[in-house]
Parts: sequence; C-alpha cells; structure tokens
Amino acid sequence: MSESDSLEARVERLELPFNEYGVDPYGISKRHLKQALQVFAALYRYYFRVRCFGIEHVPPRGRAMLVGNHSGGVAVDGAMVLTSTMLEMEPPRLAQSMVERFLHKFPVSSLWASRTGQFTGLPEHARRLLEDDRLLVVFPEGAKGTAKLYPQRYSLVDFGTGFIRLALQTGSPIVPFAFLGGGTAVPTVFNAYTLGKLLGVPYVPLTPYVLPLPLPVQLEIHYGEPLVFQGTGDEEDHVIEGYVQKVKARIAGLIERGRAERHGRRSGRKLLP
Amino acid sequence: MRVLIPGISGGIARKLALRLHEAGHQVAGIDIRPWEEAREVGIEVFRGDVRKRAAEDVFRRWRPEAVVHMATVTAFTVQGAERGRINLDGTKALFDHCAAHGVKQILFVGRHTFYGAAPDSPLYHSEDEPPRALEAIPELADLVAADLYAATALWRFPKLTTAVLRLPYTLGAPGTGTLASFIRGRRVPLVLGYDPLFHVLQEEDVVAALMLALEKGLRGIFNVAGPPPIPLSVIVRETGRTGIPLPAPALRLLLGRGGFPRLSVGALEHLRYPIVVDNRRFLEATGFEYQSSVADILRIYRESAPVPRS
Repeated sequence: MSESDSLEARVERLELPFNEYGVDPYGISKRHLKQALQVFAALYRYYFRVRCFGIEHVPPRGRAMLVGNHSGGVAVDGAMVLTSTMLEMEPPRLAQSMVERFLHKFPVSSLWASRTGQFTGLPEHARRLLEDDRLLVVFPEGAKGTAKLYPQRYSLVDFGTGFIRLALQTGSPIVPFAFLGGGTAVPTVFNAYTLGKLLGVPYVPLTPYVLPLPLPVQLEIHYGEPLVFQGTGDEEDHVIEGYVQKVKARIAGLIERGRAERHGRRSGRKLLP
Repeated sequence: MRVLIPGISGGIARKLALRLHEAGHQVAGIDIRPWEEAREVGIEVFRGDVRKRAAEDVFRRWRPEAVVHMATVTAFTVQGAERGRINLDGTKALFDHCAAHGVKQILFVGRHTFYGAAPDSPLYHSEDEPPRALEAIPELADLVAADLYAATALWRFPKLTTAVLRLPYTLGAPGTGTLASFIRGRRVPLVLGYDPLFHVLQEEDVVAALMLALEKGLRGIFNVAGPPPIPLSVIVRETGRTGIPLPAPALRLLLGRGGFPRLSVGALEHLRYPIVVDNRRFLEATGFEYQSSVADILRIYRESAPVPRS
C-alpha cells in the first residue's frame, strides 16, 4: 500500500453496505475498524514485521473461506490475517473470523469483536456471512490449535469437518494459508486449564516469562491457491474427511515451504558480508 | 372484512384500527382501557377483559372474520403473576373463541425478544430457532410461552389461518413501547464494555406490516423487521440522550434511581447482547418494504419525545 493511502482511507474503501451511521447490517462499524486498524497495522508493520505471500490468491470479491493453522497461544494469527487483507489487498477486504465463544461473553472484547465483524464460530454465522459474499477466516483446529506447545508449533492437530460441509453448501472456495512464527512469538510451555476455567476461558497459555505476551518475532503468512470442491454438503463422512485431509495437506505443504524459504533467507543473510 | 383487535387501546393498535377503518374494513376492539374517540370514527370498543365471559359474547354477536391479538403485556407494564395470567389465559381464551365462532384468520402479535439475549446465540435469529437464555430473563417466560402456545393453533385449529408475528422494538410518535420508554429520560444507562445491536421499526411501518399480514392471509411464524439493526449507543446519541456506561453490578443497584429508568435485573442481559431477527421469510411472503430509515425513525422519536429538561 502506498504511503498516501491512509488506514482510514482503506476502511472507507471497504466494499461493505455501511449505513448513514457507518454501521453495516452485522454491526461492523467504520469508526471501530479505523481505531482497531491503527493498532493492528502498527503491530503488523513494526512489531511483528509481517511478511505476506500469495495475497493474490485471496479473491477480491465474493464469498471465500481463508482456512489455516493456528499459531500462537493467543489470537495473534487471526488478528494479523485480517490485518493482511486490509493492508495488502486492492481493494481492501475485511476478513471475518469465527472466534471462540468466550470472546463475546466479556465486556470490551464483546464490543470490539462485534464492531469489527469477528463473530462466534457458529454454523449459522458462517453460512450467513458466506451467503452474503463475505470473506471468512476459519481455523479448523479450534481451541486445540492455539493450545499447541512450543515444540509442536509447526504441527497440525485434528481438523474439524464442518468447514468443508459449509464450503460445499455455499459453493465457497477455500483459500489455504500457513501462519508461521506465532508459536515462537508466544512460546507456550504450559496451558493452565484450571486457571482458565476460573477465568471463563478454555485455558491460559503460560510462557517461560509467565504471561502470554507476544515477543517481537517476525511472522509470515503464506496464502495458497484456492481449492474448490464440488458437492452438496450432504456427502458421507468419509468423503468429507477426504476433502479435509486435502486441505490439511495443502496447509502442511505451505508451512513446510514457508519454513524452507525462511531458512533459506536466513542462511543467505549469514552469507552476506 | 370484520377485524377484531383485542388490546385496541394501545398506541400501535389504535393506529392499526384507524388504518383498517380507512381501508374500508369494519373494526372493533376489546380492552379494559378506554379509547373515547373510537366511537366518533365508527370503531366500537368493548370495555372488558379478554379472559372474561363478556369477551366471548363479543365473538358471538359481532362475528369477526379476523382477529389481531395485541392484548399481551410486558414486565414494564404489569408485574408478577398477573402478567402471566393475562398473556397465557388471555391468549388461550382468544384462540378458543376464534375456533368456536368461525373466525377465519388470527394474527398473534408477538415480540422478537422471544429469542432471548445470549452471548453464544446466532446474531440473526431465524423463525426455526428455539427461545434461549430464559433463565437470564425470567420476566419474558410468559410471553415466550404465549408465543409458543399461539403457534400450536397451526395444528390444533387447521381451519383457522394463524400467523405468529415477532416484531422488533417500535419507535416513533407518540413513542410507545418498551424501547421508547427505556430511552425517554435525559440519561440512558448502558452496560460498560457492551453495545448490543437493536432492531427498531417505525410505528407506521409496524401498522403497514400488520395490514399486509392480514391482506396476504399469512399462515406460520414470521419475524418482522425493517431497517438493519444499529448499536444501542447510536440510538441513544441520535435521539439526543446521554448514554451513561456503567459496570453491570453498579447498574443493577442504580436502576429506577437517580433518573434512570426502571428495568428488571434480567433485562440487563439485553443491554449486553443483541436480539436481531432474520426477516427474509416475511419479506418473501408479503413483499413488505419499510418506509422509514433508521435516521427517520430516530428523528421522529427525538421530535415527538424531546429530551426532558433536568
């Protein structure tokens, strides 16, 4: 994006049906988006120095699902994915994540998640948003994905299957992506489930420095070519499972390729004088 | 058509009665509240309780062809067990009379709050969803039960064309209803850290929607809504009020004091979480088009209910 293209201008250029108060039918607010983007863009550019590859694979318009791996014990991955579609796409697009239920339960997080279009991961939400030609972000690993410990940061846990049925029912392409670096930014060594239960969240990730505050590690997002599956969504489980494994394999491939490229760049740097 | 409106003395019911009368229908109503001017325009109001014997006499003698049931009440107007009796026994009596006296069509005018406000429910509620979070707002239980009971007429009385309509909050002139009462004061309490979406419909559009439902002979359950929902903070600001965000525990203590509106503790949930309805089924069935945008609705309310001087 050009320097003259301000963050506010990018929000203004979103192709969403905002009303006279700058609010769309889902309650997404221009004012809140602008304020959130100020913070997220600063994190994206200067704190995490995010490198984004393959953004051309994300459709500029129409329904689509961004499906990727969880990386990091807190929602750094989701926040940076939606920042990438706001900053790197022309025209900018708002990616809408399917988030954990607890986020809408608490004050402040409920308000900001609602006003920026990040809704609870319910099939009703996903279907309606896709039918409205929105861009959906899905992490099929769910909360188990964010609970990955530091040694498992590049692995994938089991995927849910609901996202494939939704893609088939709504005729939505799936854009796979790999998110790299989140597990290093938040190096989880232990998940405190009991503490989480007390606080009303699934768990609290603990790091060697105790609090799950992200370190300024460079993050990478690698978008892959869209996958389109044909069907009605009523297929037998083994058929759906086959499609899930294809998406999972594609994401695993993007992770490996991203890691290899990252390693190559670092090795290259070392060779420089 | 001969249309009987139980609850005719309410603000929107009066407007509906007048519009039906102007459209050439014969209109009458039953209400314990008076509507003195009705007779002057040729609308007969039978004073009485729909649960009493006299109400059945109205059905027997006046022989309505259609009934618009607007005789339910909220926790804002009637407290305690009597509210449940009005909403449930009144609804049962009306449906029984309709079935016994050959009424062809009935509209049950319900509320979108049927779905309940909860953090984990879908943003847009379709008619196929069950009511949720009743434990949080027990004051809604009798209205929810009345709505579900009304829907049983769809199979209990197949000859009676029944439509259950779930309407959002209304705003307009003179500004009657739950939301209008809640934001009437200078200061409107909000729950700190939350700003739920609210669906609002202008009173004239409510009347137009009810007229369409009658004309089209709707059968089934329908959500009725107009413009897309907007945050409560926008409603408060654009009607000239001042929102006072307070933590929920403090708000519980302050309700009904210091100029804040009286509100049941359970209703605080609705100041946290949205109740928004999917109205596509109603639009397809009737072709309803709202006339007043959100800006119109808020302007009309602001003008008809100016901010009270302190």
